[in-house]
Amino acid sequence: MPTLDRIARTVLWQELVKGFALTFRYMFRPKVTLNYPYEKGPLSPRFRGEHALRRYPNGEERCIACKLCEAICPAQAITIEAERRADGSRRTTRYDIDMTKCIYCGFCEEACPVDAIVEGPNMEFAAETREELFYTKEKLLENGERWEAEIAARLEMDAPYR
Amino acid sequence: MAEIFWGVIWPVIVLAAATVAIVVPLLLAVAYLTYAERKIIAAMQLRQGPMFVGPYGLLQPIADGLKLFFKETVVPTRANKGVFVLAPMITFILALIGWAVIPFGDGLVLADINVGVLYLFAVSSLGVYGIVMAGWASNSRYAFLGALRSSAQMVSYEISMGLIIINVLMTAGSLNLSEIVRAQAEHGWYALWHFPMFMIFLVSIIAETNRLPFDLPEDEASLVTGYNVEYSSMTFALFFLGEYANMILMSAIATILFLGGWLPPLEMAPFTWIPGPVWFFLKVAAVLFVYIWARATLPRYRYDQLMRLGWKVFLPLSLAWIVLTSAVLVFLDLAP
Repeated sequence: MPTLDRIARTVLWQELVKGFALTFRYMFRPKVTLNYPYEKGPLSPRFRGEHALRRYPNGEERCIACKLCEAICPAQAITIEAERRADGSRRTTRYDIDMTKCIYCGFCEEACPVDAIVEGPNMEFAAETREELFYTKEKLLENGERWEAEIAARLEMDAPYR
Repeated sequence: MAEIFWGVIWPVIVLAAATVAIVVPLLLAVAYLTYAERKIIAAMQLRQGPMFVGPYGLLQPIADGLKLFFKETVVPTRANKGVFVLAPMITFILALIGWAVIPFGDGLVLADINVGVLYLFAVSSLGVYGIVMAGWASNSRYAFLGALRSSAQMVSYEISMGLIIINVLMTAGSLNLSEIVRAQAEHGWYALWHFPMFMIFLVSIIAETNRLPFDLPEDEASLVTGYNVEYSSMTFALFFLGEYANMILMSAIATILFLGGWLPPLEMAPFTWIPGPVWFFLKVAAVLFVYIWARATLPRYRYDQLMRLGWKVFLPLSLAWIVLTSAVLVFLDLAP
């Protein structure tokens, strides 16, 4: 009876009915997409987002202008100029990151001996002009102040695996 | 003066008001049909659909409409401008005028003419002109191919639709849409008596309105988007509105011919409390849901498969059913 069986399936639209039942069932399943700006997915503590320059708890800049980050940066997005400060310590006078060049590889934060430059959890820094994405030292330090709590927590969480 | 006012002007005002009372809710329904479509397909694909404009994205269709309204209308240099602009208008107007004969409830009909079914089919056949004119006037290969496919498709499926409707007409004994519904109050819904024809009719109206899985005229993959490639702004919006208004019109026809129009499903207490127009609306919504459901479920047909289905399956089936129906009606002496 395979022929009859096949004909019956065709005439009764068996496959159509199956397909329609499947999509109908799926309609009531929970949605997998997030309502993005209002709902956000979890981020790994290793997530590499917007850069920030950190300070020590006493307010001193961590960066010692060793230029390791500048040297390792594969996109050559980092530009550093350094001078001796009045108290004799070596500090940057200029620390620019061209965010349009950056490939978010994370080598800069890996290279940094004092955890000064880090990539934070923020990935929502889209701008309307190119110029806004040429980050300066002030902008990066400001980022550090804004994100310090999250950055410190993330470093803490990731510390056992470093 | 008074005679002229009451004899000529007043009826015109009443007619105009009745037309507006049909067209405005219809356009709103079209807008929200697009919203429903996006939401339902999204749900079936485990997505959320529009969520941003208004609560649950409820104002999205209005935002879309406004966006299209403020865009620039681009007319291609080598297009035939008159026909190019006329085509979307024809599509849109033809999608609207069909509503004149649709009974929303018992007696709730703008033009209760005796050849309602014929009128509807004349109007829906003319609908192909808008598309053919658009495809030709655009002077683009994609648009032209889409228009050709569309005309072939609509002509093929109109034949089987016409034959299916003959069954309903024979059983109801009238071409008047209100009479067909009243006959179903006596006989029971024709979706039960003519079940196979009802299913074929559903498939045919999907093909007739160029919706998935039969949307070959606007096949994105092979024709970019078919006959409306060159259209933008309001001219595109008119095509879009026309297509969706046609969907609703076809659903209304299916409701009237097969699902008992404004009649409640059972002549019993809880069902009869709900007024007829609400039943009509619910049934149309159910058919529209099938449209959208089919779009979310089925892949697009190939062109030869589409033609085979229309000419080699639906046409003989509906012809055979006519023979069967008329035989039953004659031999059991049931013919009206």
